[in-house]
Amino acid sequence: MKSGLHLIDLALNLGDRPIVALSTSIAPGDVLTIMGPSGSGKSTLLAAISGSLASAFQMTGKIALNGTDLTTLPAQFRRIGILFQDDLLFPNLSVTGNLAFALPSAIRPSAARQARIADALSAMDLAGFGPRDPATLSGGQRARVALARCLLADPQALLLDEPFSRLDAALRDQIRRLVFDHAKARDLPVILVTHDPTDAAAAGGPVLSPLGQPLQL
Amino acid sequence: MTLAGHLLRATPRLVPAFLLLPILAGLTGTLTTALQTPGVSAFSQLAHWPGLIPAMRLSVSTGAISTAAALLLTLLITATFSSPAFTLLRRLLAPLIALPHAAAAIGLAFLIAPSGWIARALSPWATSWTAPPDLLTLHDPHGIALTLGLIAKELPFLLLMTIAALPQCDAPRRLHTAAAMGYGRITAFWLTTLPALYPHLRLPTLAVLAYAMTNVDIATVLGPTLPPTLAVQITLWMTDPSLTQRSLASAAALLQLALTAAAILGWLGLERLAARLRHAVTLRGLRLTRLDRPLHAFTAASAILLCATLLTGLISLALWSVAGLWPFPDTLPQSLTLTAWSSAAPALSATTLTTLIIATTATAAALILTLASLQAEHLFALPPTALPWLYLPLILPQICFLPGVANLFLTAHATGGLISVTLSHLIFVLPYVALTLTAPFRSWEPRLATIAASLGASPASIFWRLRLPMLLAPILTAAAVGLAVSVGQYLPTLLIGGGRVTTLTTEALALSSGGSRRLTGAFALLQTLLPAMGFALALSLPRLIFANRKAMVAT
Repeated sequence: MKSGLHLIDLALNLGDRPIVALSTSIAPGDVLTIMGPSGSGKSTLLAAISGSLASAFQMTGKIALNGTDLTTLPAQFRRIGILFQDDLLFPNLSVTGNLAFALPSAIRPSAARQARIADALSAMDLAGFGPRDPATLSGGQRARVALARCLLADPQALLLDEPFSRLDAALRDQIRRLVFDHAKARDLPVILVTHDPTDAAAAGGPVLSPLGQPLQL
Repeated sequence: MTLAGHLLRATPRLVPAFLLLPILAGLTGTLTTALQTPGVSAFSQLAHWPGLIPAMRLSVSTGAISTAAALLLTLLITATFSSPAFTLLRRLLAPLIALPHAAAAIGLAFLIAPSGWIARALSPWATSWTAPPDLLTLHDPHGIALTLGLIAKELPFLLLMTIAALPQCDAPRRLHTAAAMGYGRITAFWLTTLPALYPHLRLPTLAVLAYAMTNVDIATVLGPTLPPTLAVQITLWMTDPSLTQRSLASAAALLQLALTAAAILGWLGLERLAARLRHAVTLRGLRLTRLDRPLHAFTAASAILLCATLLTGLISLALWSVAGLWPFPDTLPQSLTLTAWSSAAPALSATTLTTLIIATTATAAALILTLASLQAEHLFALPPTALPWLYLPLILPQICFLPGVANLFLTAHATGGLISVTLSHLIFVLPYVALTLTAPFRSWEPRLATIAASLGASPASIFWRLRLPMLLAPILTAAAVGLAVSVGQYLPTLLIGGGRVTTLTTEALALSSGGSRRLTGAFALLQTLLPAMGFALALSLPRLIFANRKAMVAT
């Protein structure tokens, strides 16, 4: 199997109701946008790919990433990063604690870990924010910490669950560009689910409904 | 799966089994003990006991009246209090739930006894009494003091249960809609909010009813003596040193079980009648706005009286424990002294230590079982443990199955050990800890787990590094509740401990029946302080640990 994220005859059903039916591939650095109204199964698709699908859904088909079959792999071994519309920073940890949680434990010793975390913060224009309580940050700062945390785990693909919808208009463009630039720079295949056509336009790739119909913007 | 994994997966079934097993074994033990009598059968012996009918009547009347009154007052407070007054009352009453039954009862006894604080405050200027009057204000034959004590102790519990359930009842919008149609506050609450609220209160109310009918601690201090309530008489028979009354006690325990079951059925019948009445009022469109003022005044007066009674009772415990000479009818002691504390210091510290060891062990075990079973439910997507399992040990009267458990321990030569007593406490600590912790555990944001897994964290690491620390506050609250429940236990300690294990509760109750008021006050005060310190720690520790984490302190 080739590099990139592959959904092979992926079907998700709730009882006899089809929720998701997709067969497509996302090449490294490309973005696939899934659009649909809320409740249309967009988040269910992301749950299936990330390995957190509720047991009420029945899944058939395969999910593969860079030649590895993920279909039955537990979530923590999939190496797929997620950003939700809420930043979901861990409130019991400092900014550094959040980032250290994401950094693979193979990176040692502690000086190396500190250096990686400091680099990640600088890359997001957040140098010196490490000891801060996440609850004291602004919305834009929190979104950037969430992105830094996601990337520090060294993901091989990125899932975006309407990650820009809670941000105000000015911030939204800025964070959107930041996320897409970082994904592109790391050559990550990206799936974006949204109901906002401007998100889809900014992503620039193909746009499908959860049931696989191509959509025109 | 590893052995630990299998064990974890089994815990959700282990918990109901752990609660059910001693109950079933205890009931069986009670039944067999009642049946194995040499000579006259225990049941006919019981039937010939002259106090039987009055004792049964007392159990039902004090239990049912106090439960109905406590529930009614709770609902009236919820319906009539404006939100600032309600918040104030909540702040006042919430700590009172930590007040052990025995201490509350002894405090009340110190107030209303013929030589108590109320009589002293009124004498001799108003009453012209120069010696304690010959009045049965305590242990009155109709159980009025007992009923009042039960109301005072159960109201905080029911109110907290109401506060927990209220957010799920959409109360503000319902009340607002009804008010817009001209309904008075009380009628609006009764007709629109109560139908949504009561289902959440049914099991707690039944637990209160069963407890009120069968409790031994409050009834020993405040209740009638000749005859006492059925539960107190069973305990007297059970603890008779000759051991010859055990089958009689077991027969009476079975009768008590039937009586409680009948009362619960009667209560459920009354619920139906009340629902019909509500329906009839609804169909007629009665606004009943004129109820609001008098009932509001009545509710406010009762709530203030209740808080005042419990608090003055506590103060009188403290005062008696340091009182020097305090002859009747002086309102205050002539001097203060620490003699009672210093002379009893060895006994006090040994008893406190035993109490703490039992309470912390039982609470730790309950926390581990609860957390393991909740985590297993979450990890393996198991169906949640049904609430009625947890309520079973709270609704089934202790006095009905503990005699059986005690007899089993006696046969196994395990009576009187700390471990046996701790295990018996766990039966009652576990449900409260589980009830306190379940909702916060389940409402934890699931996407945090998704995010953490996407960052490569294992389920174990998510549990230990995120879920547990984030749930620190509710876990500590559950621990404080567990501690308070264990410290307050009387009957399990008495029956399973076989007199060889004494806790602050058994000691305070033993002293209260005739011992010195100073010593009783000291033991009862310590019995109150332990759970109070537990709650204080549960409130302050998260604030200290997460001083620099705003989002953690707010939740």
